[in-house]
Formats: sequence, structure tokens, C-alpha cells
Amino acid sequence: MKLLLGIGGSDDSIHALERAVDRVAETGDDLTVAILRNPATEAEPAAIEERVQAVLDDAGVSAVVRHLEGDPGSQLVDLAERESFDRIVLGGGETSPMGKIKLGGIAEFVLLNSHVSVTLVR
Amino acid sequence: MSRDKYPAEPAGAFPDPPTTVEDREDRSITVRRYDEERDRAALEAMYDAFDPADRAQGIPPTGADRIADWLDSITGEGTVNVVATHRDTVVGHATLVPDEPEATAELAIFVLQDYQGAGIGTLLIETLLGAGRAAGVERVWLSVERWNEPAISLYEKVGFVPSDTESFEHEMAIRL
Repeated sequence: MKLLLGIGGSDDSIHALERAVDRVAETGDDLTVAILRNPATEAEPAAIEERVQAVLDDAGVSAVVRHLEGDPGSQLVDLAERESFDRIVLGGGETSPMGKIKLGGIAEFVLLNSHVSVTLVR
Repeated sequence: MSRDKYPAEPAGAFPDPPTTVEDREDRSITVRRYDEERDRAALEAMYDAFDPADRAQGIPPTGADRIADWLDSITGEGTVNVVATHRDTVVGHATLVPDEPEATAELAIFVLQDYQGAGIGTLLIETLLGAGRAAGVERVWLSVERWNEPAISLYEKVGFVPSDTESFEHEMAIRL
């Protein structure tokens, strides 16, 4: 399966990365990591890439790492559809102090617009 | 949530717990501060009986272990909790959980299905806000599903105003 993981540096996106890489280590799926600009975080793409590489190295998994400029949700959906990915993987949202799940803006756009299946990692 | 999203003026007076009223079904309902020793088991029982169709954004969780963990966190240090009781059972619960910056809290309220629509929610939330103000809370926010009109009306009635209406969930805020 051809997976496209979108990561913008929020805590839930890092969690999604770790879970997806663990899973790929078992399944041997073809993973591409797309580094996005999430307006809700101040994470620098270079710092995110370092983190991504560290997680991949720890798990002994190789993946193509790409950088997407511009609006993150639409760029991710566009890439997934154009290059025939089977699935988009994203962080499943942050939780409030109360424990309420709050879907991120990128996930919201992707869920509503993607023709490719989407997995939100909790 | 940023400070400028809260109303400029503080809300009006709120009742001091305990308060006892007859609800619209003529049941005697008491709203009072939550007491861990006295109420914990009854509160767990309430959430065990809670209709999962009334969950919002993943809470209340289901299953004894998840309910217990969640209650530990929302009744812990710095939180403010009130319960509505009918005879010996807890039929409603409202909570303030601290958030950043200081003196800010997130609010949630749950009323058992058989006790909804009887005026208990209004009393619970007003009593909670009174207890929160007494505990030094100055800003309270909440999120509610945008289609949940009865809940939004209730929050508006006690003085909440919309603060973020752009995302899936409708956010509202009040100043105490």
C-alpha cells in the first residue's frame, strides 16, 4: 500500500508519524512523508525533517520525505490524488484540558475533500 | 483560547451551593459541590449509565477504566466540580478544568438522559460558575457541537457569547 503521511509539527502529527512508522516496519508499506506548514504551530520544516529522519532511523524504515509549500490541506490532497496514493495518514487532533477531541484544521479540510481514504491516528 | 475572545463585562450573580429545587417533573434536585468521598462511586455510576449517543468530542469516555481515568483528571488539583443529585443518585455533573493562562478554565456539563429538559442543566451551570468565581476563576470557555441548539441556548442564557465559530465545534466564552 502507498501511504502519504502529512506532518506539520503539532504533537498529534508527531504521534501519527511514530505510529505509522511502527506499522510500516511490520507491513513494508511504501511510505512518503510530506512536511507541511501548519499555521497552528511554529515548527520549522527543517526541525520537523530532523525529527522525521530520527523516527525513521530508529525503526529502520526508509521513506521519501517531501516538502509541501502553500495551503497544507489542499496541497496534501492534491499530491495524494495526483500520484495515486492509497491512503492519507494524519494526526487525529489534540485534546483539550477537559479531554475533548479537537480536530485540526488540516484534518478537517482533508476529511471533507479527499477522494483518497484517510486515516486519523488517535 | 486568547484573552481577547472573552466578553469585556463580567457575568451577573450566581447561586451559592447547595441549592435545592423541584424540577419540571416535580423531582427534588439538589445541586452542591462535589465531594470525592461521598460522590465518586455515584458519579462513576452516572457515567456508566450515560447514553453514548449523547457523547460529544469523545467525552464522556466509555468503559469503567476510561471513565475512572477521566474522572481522576477532571476532579483533580485546581478543578471545580458540582453535582446534581436526586435521592442518592448523581443525575448531573458540571466541571471546570484549569487551562492556560492562569484563572482560565474549560467547562463541561452532563445531565443523565432521564433528567434532561427539566431545568437541571441551567441550575448546574449557574452553580458551577458561582463556585468557579469563588475559587478565583476569571475566564471560562467551552466547545459545543454546532448543531446542538438546546445546549447553545442554555449557554447563551447564562451569559456565554460565541468566541470561535469557524471550526467544527462552536466555541463560547464568559467572564466571571
